[in-house]
Order: sequence, then C-alpha cells, then structure tokens
Amino acid sequence: MTDGTLPAQGGTAPKVAFFNDPKIRGYIFQAVALAILIFMIYSAVSNAVTNLTNQRIAAGFGFLNNTAGFGISQTLIPWGEAMSYGRAFVVGLLNTLLVAVVGVVLATFLGFVVGIARLSPNWVISKIAYWYVEVIRNLPLLFQILFWYLAVLATMPGPRDAYSIFGNFYASNRGLTMPKPMFGDAAVGILIALIVGVIAAFVVRSWAYKRQAETGQQFPVALTMWGLILGLPIIAYFLTGMPISFEYPTKGRFNLSGGTTVIPEFIALVIALVAYTAAFIGEIVRAGIQAVSHGQTEAGRSLGLSEGRILNLIVIPQAMRVIIPPLTSQYLNLTKNSSLAVGIGYPDMVSVGGTILNQTGQAIEIIAMWMGCYLTVSIITSIFMNWYNQRIALVER
Amino acid sequence: MTTSFVRSELVTPDAPPASLVGPVGWVRKNLFSSIPNAVLTLVGAYIAYKLVWSFVDFTIVRAVWTGADREACLDAKVGWAVGACWPFIWAKFGQFMYGFYPVEFRWRVNLTYIIAILLLVPLLIPKVPYKALNAVLFFGAFPILAFTLLYGGSIINPWLSVIGWLAVMFAVVLLVAYVLSVIEKKPVAPYLNYGAGILAVGVSCMLLVRTGLFAEPTMPIVETRQWGGLLVTLVVATVGIVAALPIGVALALGRRSKLPMIRFLSVALIEVVRGVPLITVLFFATYLLPLFLERSPDALLRVLVGVSIFSGAYMAETIRGGLQAIPKGQFEGAQALGLNYPRMMGLIVLPQALKLVIPGIVNAFIGLFKDTTLVSIVAIFDLLGGLRAGFTDPQWASPVTLYTGFAFAGIIYFSFCYFMSRYSIFVENRLNTGRRR
Repeated sequence: MTDGTLPAQGGTAPKVAFFNDPKIRGYIFQAVALAILIFMIYSAVSNAVTNLTNQRIAAGFGFLNNTAGFGISQTLIPWGEAMSYGRAFVVGLLNTLLVAVVGVVLATFLGFVVGIARLSPNWVISKIAYWYVEVIRNLPLLFQILFWYLAVLATMPGPRDAYSIFGNFYASNRGLTMPKPMFGDAAVGILIALIVGVIAAFVVRSWAYKRQAETGQQFPVALTMWGLILGLPIIAYFLTGMPISFEYPTKGRFNLSGGTTVIPEFIALVIALVAYTAAFIGEIVRAGIQAVSHGQTEAGRSLGLSEGRILNLIVIPQAMRVIIPPLTSQYLNLTKNSSLAVGIGYPDMVSVGGTILNQTGQAIEIIAMWMGCYLTVSIITSIFMNWYNQRIALVER
Repeated sequence: MTTSFVRSELVTPDAPPASLVGPVGWVRKNLFSSIPNAVLTLVGAYIAYKLVWSFVDFTIVRAVWTGADREACLDAKVGWAVGACWPFIWAKFGQFMYGFYPVEFRWRVNLTYIIAILLLVPLLIPKVPYKALNAVLFFGAFPILAFTLLYGGSIINPWLSVIGWLAVMFAVVLLVAYVLSVIEKKPVAPYLNYGAGILAVGVSCMLLVRTGLFAEPTMPIVETRQWGGLLVTLVVATVGIVAALPIGVALALGRRSKLPMIRFLSVALIEVVRGVPLITVLFFATYLLPLFLERSPDALLRVLVGVSIFSGAYMAETIRGGLQAIPKGQFEGAQALGLNYPRMMGLIVLPQALKLVIPGIVNAFIGLFKDTTLVSIVAIFDLLGGLRAGFTDPQWASPVTLYTGFAFAGIIYFSFCYFMSRYSIFVENRLNTGRRR
C-alpha cells in the first residue's frame, strides 16, 4: 500500500498527512506559542536588566524598608514621615479597603432604592429613577469624581463659615468635621458584649429555624436578634460605667478645633462611586425582580400571605438568584474603580504607590504589588460571593 | 299575545366611568392612586422640577454668551447672578477640541472627523447597501488615512508599507501551502506562481519604502505630544474599540480551545487584566513598556497599547458569552461538512456568536469611551485633562467657570454615550427577529 491509494480492506484508518493530524497540529501550535512567549519574556527581562542598570535602580523589594519621608492626609494606622515605604503602602491599601467597604454598603442600599423606584407604579418616581440611571451611567466616573471634588466640595465655605449640621457636625471645604468618640479602658467590655451578642443572635436563629422545622412553632427571630445585637452592648455600656465619651468640634474664630475630620477627597470619592455603582445596581435589581414571574406573587396571595411576606419569602429570595452574580461584579468594579482616587489625591493604594514610584523609580515592584493586591481582593470577593450564590441557588433534581 | 321575560339581545356595556379613562384616569392610576402615592408624586415632581430648572436656568436663562475675559462673567459687572459663562468655553474651545495641535493644521483633524462620519454613518444605517466595502474602508483603509492625516509625514509610504506587509504575509502562507503539498507528493499547486508574484510585489513595495523614493510628498509632522482634548479622547476610544475586537475574538477562541497551553495563557491574561483596575494597566504601559523594550515607544502609543489589551480582555468575555450560546450542532454540522477550524469558526460560528452579542459589544464600547478619561492620570491630555487645564487660567477665574466647564464636558460625554446606548437598543430590537412574535 502506497500513499494516495485507498486503504486495503482490513480497517486501517486512511493515512493522514502528519500536519493534518489534529493532535500533532495541536502540539505544533502550542510549541510555537510557548517559543514566542519564552522569547518575549527573555527579551523583556534582558532589556529590563540593561535599562535598570543604566538607571542605577536595584531590582527587588529591599526599598520597602527605606524611609518614606512624605505625609499622608488620611491614615487608619499611625503614620509618620520617618516610617518605611512598606508601611506607607499598607496605609494606602487600608484606605482603599475603607473606600471599598463603605462604598459597597452604601451603593447596595442606594442601588436597591433605585431599582425598586424604577418599578414603582408611580409614574413620576419611576421616571426620576430612569433618568438618574441614564444620566449617571452615561457620564465617565472620573468626570463625576472631579465634579464632586472640584465643583461641589472645594467651593464650600472655609472653616470660618462652615455649615453646621445638628450643631455638632461641620461641613466646610476642609471636609466633614464630627464628634470624635473617646474610648475609656472599660470600653473593651462593650466590644466583648457586641461579639457575644452577635454570636448569641445566630445561635438563637439556628435554634428557632430548627424548632420551626420540627414542631412548626414560630419564634420572633428578627426581634430577638436585634435585641441581642443592640441590647447587650447597651447594657454593657451602662454596667461598665459609660466609658465612651465624645470630643465635640468647636468653631473658633478662624478654624475648627477638636473632633475628627473626614477629608473631602474621601467624601468626593465615596459620593461619586456610590452614585455611579448604584445606577448599575439599580438596573440589576430591577432585572432581578422582573425575572420573578408574576404567578409567584399571585400564588403567594392565594395562600393568604400578606404583601410583606410575599416580598420577603417568595419574591426577594428568587430575585436574589438573578441579582447576586452581576452584583458581585459590581462590587469588584467599585473596588477597582476606587483606584481613580489618584485623580484627586485621596491617599489610596494607587496614589501612595504612585508617590513611592516617583521617588524610588521601582516601577516593576510597585506595579506588581498593585496587581497582586487587587487580584487578591477580587479573588476573595468572588470566592465569598460564589459561596453565597451557591447557598441560594435553585436546587434541582 | 306572548310576553317574553327573557332579553333577546345583550345589554350594551356602559362606557367606563370618566375617572378611569383618558388623561384623568391615567393621572389617577399612575400619580394619585393612594395618599402615600400622591405625596411621593408631589415630592418627586418638586425634586425633578428643581433639578431640571436649575440646569436650564444655569445653562440658558442666566448664562452669559459673549465677552472677552473673566470680567464678562462677574455678578457685579453683569448685574445678575451669572449662570454659565459660555465665553470661557468659546475662548478655550480650540484647547478642549485639539489640545496643542497647531492651529494652521487643525483642518487635518477636521478632515479626519468628516471622513470618519462619512464612512461611519452608512455603516450604522441598516438600509444603506455596500456594507462589506464600507466596513473594509472604515476598518482597513481609514486607520492608515487617519494616521497619515493626524500625524503627518510621508503620504504614500505608510500605504506602501502596509501593502508590502500584507503581500509578504499572503505570499508566505501560499509558499507554506506549496511546501506542504510537495511533502505530501501532491501535484504542485498552481498558485505557486501567484505566490512568487505576490512576494515580489510585497518585497518591492517595502524596498521602495526603504529607498525613500516616496518620502515626498509629505505633510508636516505633528508630534503626539501636541495632540489633546477631544481629539485624544476619540483617538484612544477608536483605537481601543477597533483593536478590542480582534484581540477579544482571539482570546475568546483561545479560552475555549482544546489545547491546554493556549487555553491557560488566554485564561491567565483575561483574568489578570480583568482583575486589576485600568489605571494599573495604564501605569504598566507607561512605566514598564519602556523598561521591557529596547526603544521607548511614544507616550500616546504606550497608552494605546494598554487600552487595547484592557478592552480586548473585556471584549473576550463578551464574545465568549456569544460562543457559549451557539448550539453544539452548529459545530458538528460544520465538521460534518469537512470544514477546518478557521473555516468552521469564520464562516459558521463567529458570525452567529458576534451577532448575538452586539449589544454587549456596544456596551463595552460605552465603557471604554468613558474609561478614556483615565489617560489624563498618566499625563495624556484628553478632554478632561484639557478641562482641568482650562480651570487654572487666571484670565477666566470666576465663581462659575468650574460649573460651566463641567456642564460643557458633561454634555459632550453624555451625548456620545447616550447615542451609543440608544443605538445598541435599536440594534437589539432589529436583531431580535427570531424571538419576536
């Protein structure tokens, strides 16, 4: 048998040219891809080595121990200019996380309000929600951050003429000044009470669910939980002799003194992030609620459930299945978008890292640290949300 | 005489009460169905009125339209609480639109815009014929033309070198096919002559570029450092959008490939890029590309590379959604017809997949257009950068300058994005033929 003739009877497969064999072809493609990749990495590394040598920059993370020598306008952990670059980066990371957490909580709340308002039978309310979504979604986020920062907050009156809210809060172009809680030594007791309360609340909840499943008897779960979570710390507060006091800001002739101040960069960033993300969350919530068939509501009514229970027990759990996955990506987007802080100088991870980069020239290390941190946060968020998603997912056969 | 107590015809139904139909009924149902609803309506209407009126009041009613400097926009000079200071916009208009692009060459930018619109509008209207030709012109010829017009330099050389590269690539493919056919001991393919001819054309084109015979005629070069404003916004957005499609298709196919190596590389690239903010990708492009390459590329080019990779990774996920929606039977059908992988994907799968995700693609475009504002952080001068620079001019410093600038830029950004989102809805409805009853 020679090439080009039909195979003899006997079942040997027709011979295919080696380059037409999908398996071999696959190996060739992958080998080529790998070779290109290795060449690119090799040339990148060798160029980087040459360039770094020319610029006299030592590669590696040793610079993180050097003294930073710059100030940071908002710090969650103690910070001084004599501290190291590594600590500065951690300060920035914590500031990023602070914006992300505050932003996620507020954006979820506002987003649900917007989404429900979009579905309101009231024409005016649903139109307002519609135009809110359209306008906010069609303007760049950095534009909105700059608007809040430059056009709204920076044009507020100075500390001398600060607006006073409730007497103890002052809003000025320096930010929002508010009473600062002072914790006495015994305040630890309150914290312990709070932790105990939260644990007890969840124990009660699982006990109540179990009892209901077994005997059918209901227990006022929500009320008890709130009672435990809020009540225990309050009792502890009085038992330990009221260890928390407030230092109130006072308006002097030229300046505000005392209290604690939230910097305007933080406020502008949070307002813009929350408004922007809420518009997207609103659309997600609306789609989720609309995805629950109306028959479910009607079935609930025919069972004689009240409207509130229909919403709580039937509609929202089913809507959440549609809402959770896109909501997760919005949370991640908000976290990533908080990096726009660098545009107005809020000292987040990117902003502080950029300062370090400019001072030391350690571009590779800083950018690797940024990417590593963001990837870690993204992965943790998605793992948590996926776990939650699996818990609420529809269980089929 | 019989008396019937049974009606022989139906009673004609009464008209619904006037309070349930017409405008009155609509108002009662949608605005005042209950007392809380009525309160909501009134509060909502008041807020909406306040917002809309303050915008109209600021931009039109109380606005100042002419003037030479800040004096024209001061309350004391004008005599009322001034709204928008439009003379500020007129004065800075060139800066907002072109950056520092030399005034005498701005016609080149305008000409590029006009050609872009002339090519784009027929592409967007479904009824206009010659879509394929139009698309080739817009995606193939227009970029070279736009580059030549905007950057300047030799007019013929870029075309020659592109033709040369295409011809060489084409010829190499033909020659490889020839070599393979020789190995297989098949009769020598008749297109070998064409292959050699095309190679000759390609090489001679590239040699012509080298000799500099066509270095003339030239247009004066405008360095990308001088570009700015809306021009840069549009260049970054367009390049990102055009580059995102092929990168996205390649990565999406790679992600669904059966070859583990290719799949791993695609997944790694997509997930890393999507897991970090755009600004870190831009920093990567700005600070690390010069380190990793022998010669540092132009600043704008670096940003364009970063934006392209970023938008490509996002586009890949959109396209993957489309690929996943194609039933297995389509792949099997293509294989049963004996189509190879490129043909199966190119002729059967991708056209259907891309059509499915057009709305998603448009949404990705909107996102990219908004994201172009971030280039101002790595010192590229886009519309937002121009705006911020305009604010610092003491000649125009007045209490309303900031608001005027934000109103102007906001209107521009909003119109672009809103138009794109409307178009996406229009396309969605048009393509929805299968599901429409």
